[in-house]
Order: sequence, then C-alpha cells, then structure tokens
Amino acid sequence: MRQIGLNEVEDIARGAALLGAGGGGDPYIGKLVTVGAIKECGPVTLLDPEEVPDDALIAPFAMMGAPTVLAEKSLSGEEYKALFDIMSNRFGKKIYATMPMEAGGLNSMLPIATAARLGLPMVDCDGMGRAFPELQMVTFTIGGISATPMGLADEKGNVVMMETITNKWTEDIGRAITMACGGSVSITLFPMTGKQMKEYGVKGIVTRSQKLGEAIRNVKNVTDKTPEEAFLEFTEGFKLFKGKICDVLRETRGAFNFGKVVVEGIGECKGSQAYVEFQNENLACYVNGEIVATTPDLICLVDTETFNPVPTDALKYGKRVMIVGLKCFPMWRIPEGIELVGPRYFGVDTDYIPIEERCKGGWK
Amino acid sequence: MYKLGIDVGGTNTDAVLIDENLNVVADIKYPTTKDIYSGIVGALKTVLEVSGVDRSQIKQAMLGTTQCTNAIVERKNLAKIGILRLGAPASLAIKPMVDWADDIKQVSVAERIIGGGSEYDGKPISAFDEAAAKEFFAELKEKGIKSVAISSVFSPVRNDDEKKAAEICKEVMGADTHVSISSEIGSMGLIERENATILNAALYKVADMFTEGFAQSLADEGITNADIYISQNDGTLMTIDYARLYPILTVACGPTNSIRGASYLSQVQNAIVIDVGGTTTDLGVIQNGFPRESSIAVTIGGVRTNFRMPDVISIGLGGGSIVREHEDGTVTVGPDSVGYAITEKALVFGGDVLTASDVAVRLGMAEMGDPSKVAGISEELCKKALAAMVTLVEDSIDSMKVSSDDVDVILVGGGSVILPEKLAGAKQVIKPDHFGCANAIGSAISKVSGTYEKLINYDEIPRDQALEQARQQAIEMAVASGAARETVEIIDMEDVPLQYYAGHTNRVKIKAAGELLV
Repeated sequence: MRQIGLNEVEDIARGAALLGAGGGGDPYIGKLVTVGAIKECGPVTLLDPEEVPDDALIAPFAMMGAPTVLAEKSLSGEEYKALFDIMSNRFGKKIYATMPMEAGGLNSMLPIATAARLGLPMVDCDGMGRAFPELQMVTFTIGGISATPMGLADEKGNVVMMETITNKWTEDIGRAITMACGGSVSITLFPMTGKQMKEYGVKGIVTRSQKLGEAIRNVKNVTDKTPEEAFLEFTEGFKLFKGKICDVLRETRGAFNFGKVVVEGIGECKGSQAYVEFQNENLACYVNGEIVATTPDLICLVDTETFNPVPTDALKYGKRVMIVGLKCFPMWRIPEGIELVGPRYFGVDTDYIPIEERCKGGWK
Repeated sequence: MYKLGIDVGGTNTDAVLIDENLNVVADIKYPTTKDIYSGIVGALKTVLEVSGVDRSQIKQAMLGTTQCTNAIVERKNLAKIGILRLGAPASLAIKPMVDWADDIKQVSVAERIIGGGSEYDGKPISAFDEAAAKEFFAELKEKGIKSVAISSVFSPVRNDDEKKAAEICKEVMGADTHVSISSEIGSMGLIERENATILNAALYKVADMFTEGFAQSLADEGITNADIYISQNDGTLMTIDYARLYPILTVACGPTNSIRGASYLSQVQNAIVIDVGGTTTDLGVIQNGFPRESSIAVTIGGVRTNFRMPDVISIGLGGGSIVREHEDGTVTVGPDSVGYAITEKALVFGGDVLTASDVAVRLGMAEMGDPSKVAGISEELCKKALAAMVTLVEDSIDSMKVSSDDVDVILVGGGSVILPEKLAGAKQVIKPDHFGCANAIGSAISKVSGTYEKLINYDEIPRDQALEQARQQAIEMAVASGAARETVEIIDMEDVPLQYYAGHTNRVKIKAAGELLV
C-alpha cells in the first residue's frame, strides 16, 4: 500500500504514454482531471493486489470513445459516483476498490481520479498491461469473466446499465451508446472479485508505468552509460531499429485508422529500412522486409533525443525515432490470448512468435 | 502609394517602405529599445529619412511586435480578469487553469462553469444558463473587473452560446468591457483553447499600449493618411480594433513574417525558409505562400495553448555563435553566442572571440569588419566549423520536409552570410535581395484571412459537397475580415479522421486568404 500524489501522477502519465504502444490517446486530459481530483480530495491509496481480499468487489473505470471528443467535452465529475452506485446496487455490495482496465494512454489516469473523488483505493493492476482498441481485449476475457454488467454514463447524467451475451456484443452495443451520447462516455465494466483480479490481472502495472515515466524523465542524467543504453535497460526493451521517418500512409477502415510508417535507418541501422503497421496501436514491425515483432508484444516509437513516446497520430516525416519492442504480459501468449489480440485478429497474417525469440542475437 | 512595414525583434527593429507594385523602396535596422516605443520611433524616423518619400502617400502601416509574448513570459502588465466557461455539467471535472503556475494564475479573480455549450454535431449539451451568466458578470463588475474570458464546449463547431454570453457581459458590465471568446482564438481542445482565451483577456492593457503607441508614433511623424494594421501569427493582418480584441494572435508573428517576406522576396511559394539571426536560426516552411502551422500544442510562458502557430524550429546557430576547437580535434559551433555584442567581441571587429561570422570572413564567404584580423586563423579549423554548421542546418532542413524530395531553400536574416549556397536536401539555395529585413517586408505585404473548422459526418453529407460548403464558409470569413473577394484563395485544408470513432466523422479545417481592400 502506498500513496499516489501529484508527482506520481506526472510520472504515471509519462509511462502510460509509452505503454500506449502508439495508441491509447494522449494522457494529458486524463491527467488534468486527475490533478484536479487530487488537489481537491488528496492523494490516492494504491493497493498491492495481494492486499485485496478474495471476496472484495472491484469495479474498473475507463472512458470509451474518441479522445478528440473528450479533449473538448470532458467529464462532469459526477460519473464516478453514478456508475459505482448503480454497480454497487446491482451486486448489493459495497465496491472495495477501483482499478484501470488499460494502463496505456488516457485510461491510465481516470481510475486515479475516480479513487480520489470517491475516497476508494485503487489496485495496482490492469487487464492489458498496455493499450488495445476494443474492450473485450483484456486478460479477464481469457479468464471467462464477463464485461457486463457494465455501466455507461455521460457527462450530462445519462446512465445505462447493460448485460450482454458476449464481450464482443458489449463492445458493439457500447460503441452505439457512445455515439448517441456524443462520442465519449465513462464506463465501469468487468466487475470482479479480488480473487479473479489476482488470478487474471496484470499485477504491478501502475508501479511499472510510474517507474517507466520516472526513468524517461531522468534518462539524460544517467552518467555511467548512454541515454539509449539506460532507456533499453530500464524498459527491458529490445532495440528493433533506429532511423528517420520517411513516409506515413493512412487509411480508415471501419472504426479504426490503419496506417504504416516507413523508417530509413540511421547510425548502425544505416542502409536498412523498417516499417511499422498500426491500427490505433502499433501492430507489427518489419526490418528489411522481415517481421521482428508483432502484437501482443508492445511496439513503441520513441524520440531518439528525449525518449518520449511518439504516438501514431504524431508521426511525421523527418522525425528521428527508435523502435523498441517490449514483452507483453505472459497470459497474452497462450492460445486464447493470441486469438484475442494476436497478429491475425488485426489482419496481420503471421504466427505470433515472442519478441525475445525473434530478436535473438540482437539487432542484425 | 506606399506601405510601411515595421517588425520589432529581440535585437533590431526593422522598417521597410514598399511601393504599390510591392517593390522595396528602403529598408533599415534600428536597435530595439527596452520600452519598444522609442525603437519604433527611431526606426520610423530613419526609414523616412533614407527614403525621402512623401508621408501623405503612405496609405498602409503594418506592425509586427513581440510585446504580447514578452508580457506573458515576464508576467508583466497583465490585467485582472474573470473566466466563464459554458458546458456544465460537461467539463466540470477540469477547473480552469488547473495546471497553471501560481504566478500566472493570479490573473484571474473569479472562475465559473455554467450551463451551455454543444456536442460535436451542434446539439446542445444543456441550455445556456442566462441567469447564472448575469449573476457572475454582476459579481465581476462589483470587483471592478474590465476583462472577461468566455469559452464554450465545442465552440469551434457552434459558438452562439459564447456570443450570447459576450452580449450579456457587455450589458451587465458596460459596453467598454473587454470580452474574449474562445471560438475566435483557438481550435479543438477545450482546455488549450480556454488557456489561450484567458491569456488574451489578460493582455488587453498591453494591446491598448502597443496599438496606441504605434498610432501615436505614426501621427507624430506626420503619417496621417495610413490605415493601421497589426501582424498576426498566421501571416495575415488584423485592424487595430481587432488587435485590441485579440492581442494573443500577435504571438510569434516574427518568424511568420520572415517566412512570408522570404517567400515574397524570392517569388517562391513553396520552400523551406531559414532565418539566421545573431544567436539562433529559425526554420519554417512556406506552403502556397503561407507558413505551415504547427500541429502540436504550443506552450507560451508555461501555459499550454492550441491556437495557430507557425511550425518553426529554432537551433542555436547564428552569426555570433561561438566556435570552439576541442582537444580531440573536433570543432563545435554554438549553441551559445556573443549575441548583440558581436560588433565588439568577434575577431573581425577587434574582439577576442572566434565566432561563426569570423569563420565566414576567413573562408571568403562574407565581407565584414577587418579581414586581416582572421587571416591567422587556420583554414582547416574554419572548414571544420563550417562543416559543423552545415550539418546542423541540413539535419534541420530534413526534419522540416514532408517527403524525401529536394526542396527550395530560402536564406534570409542578417546572419545568413555564414551559410554556403549549397546544402544537402536543397534543390537550390536562394538568397534574395533585402534578405536582412525579410520580416518587416513580410509584415508589409501581408494578406487577410478566414478559417473554418468543423467535425463533419460524411455518412450524413457526401465528402465533396461538405468540403465545398466548408470552402465557401472560409472564403466568406476572409471577405468579412477585409479581403477583396476576387483575390481570395483557399490556402490550407486539413481533413483528418477521428480516432476510436465508428462512422466517417472527420475534423475539417479550411483557411482562405486574400489581398487587403484598399
């Protein structure tokens, strides 16, 4: 158990942008909501998953919809209570704690604000260990836990409670409600017991996010190694490529933006070319035509100077980036995980091979 | 008929006179003074003297100034204001100025969030709460406040609530109240737009000072027939009355003016412009005659805003950059500089610091000061220094390009003599006449513009039709700001799909500009 105050929030936001693996939305607006909540209500208690009783009711919190809309029409601050009241009534039980569903991007922040406003603790755990675009893409789906009952609330005070037959239906109906409410809503979903959380969750992810953020902030102050070495060491990342963005191609298919960013090698990668395919998040990385990493492992582009993450909507010609691969949460690597978030789900026709096997022997 | 352009920079105040065919009649530089005003007067007197033109024939006078930026950065002369946001219950979770530093937060005496605002498609979020607005304005009046910042959720889509609130504000607080509304200032992103609006409201005294000061100095010099305009940061002009309403739009007009001036002087519409000063070099992009806008949030004096700014990168290289030879034989240039003291400190001027300008003189690229003072400097050292400067600039050129194709490069600014006429990535390097005063020229030749921004659902209205309507709207807005209709052209268009959003809703932003009606 420890406290999360304003400084911790800054670092978590920075780390969450990296865990967004190119997507997840800019944590900035979420950070403002959270900073306001902590300034008014004080710091939040972060619980180690093992501190949570098995029979406790945990209600995760997230936003659903377009981050662009949320950046204009943000929360009223009443959503947390409306959603948690309805969920608590549904189970006839007090909610013990909240937690993030998605530690990458914008959704890393809102559960902290929820915890501050409601005086609840937050659990150091999520269901992705990164960002993914659809709400059934969580480890809890593998555990057979239903996304519903799920509560959706808009900032105007409209609250919807839904029960569905599969998590895919939840996603589809949820999107329709989101559209009707003006493009972004707050949600609580995957209500679960402490036991389920401990069994299937990505434990310690908030702390990891904070440490990543702290390390990115301090990367320039490292004296015994180069900033790049320091960055790779603390992220436990695989250097996939380093180069200059020379082309960005985009198209929209269905609800998602597809794209491809082409990177021309610099430094030790000179003479080689890489490209990364992305939906909202980065899906696969190819070097000289050969796949070196795929989802669900994290593929992150970072600035070669500052090591700040470069999200897919900020890719532009001329930017110098390092492409880094991070190991995903082990549960994503079992067949049920690959089916849910593996390369083929996103239209990348290849088998999933763990990044450490693909990158054996370092950069070629 | 003559146009007068004045640009107040950190080191020099430049003034130019241009005739009706846009030929440069005279261009001069005068040291910028601390009070700004006497520097402007000095520059004005000098350019009139040098040119000898008939003052009554000066019909337009344009000013580009950094006073607003300075006021924000130095927290000086900022007015006390009130802040109203329409959109409740949306956005209540983020109070105004939640992440501002304490010293600048002081500008606000009261903030309130009340009902109003719209959804992305224009539907109301809640009814505009007129009674609450009246009550808030009455409180501000009681406190003696004269300036109010009003923002509203999705006002770039629909701003009638903001406009209604502005009207009521003047009814309650008096017609002389300064009202800033966010839809006139920023784009999508409520908090950043509100931030820019707050800064704008706090700048009204500064705006009164520099507009009155400019008008007064013109009158003092006998220029009484001229319409007066102020440069905006998108490369277009606003009237003095508009500048008093929206002073924030002058922030960063300097780089914009130099980009536009460079384009005009070289008669090139698409290029990368490199403006080399004494301490820094700014690189910008001219696209169809206008500066490319930055697509990321811009921080001014620690406040994150989202209003249009030119996409400019600055590197620590200028005529006064200090050259150093290291023990391992490598040579570096900058980022520190002797700055305005170059005429005392550079070797060619009898000083004792080896600068980028000395290197240029030694290598026969430039003539200034006394070349014999650098004759003893090793040519090899100078060549290494030049190579370092060229690498810096070439890397920056590359990061400003949008594709790997070579582009035209225009070199301007007093310090541009330190760069060679061949650069990698450049189709050609153009160094136009009058390159030293490109920014004042940019200010003098500016156009007027209008911008239209909306989220459009292409399932409801076909894309071609929607874009055509948006183009017409932008043109009407340019005409409304004073452009001659037949000269108005679309100069920029963005059409970007919304992320994580089903359906085909895009954010469309179109900008049109034309010549000023005389």
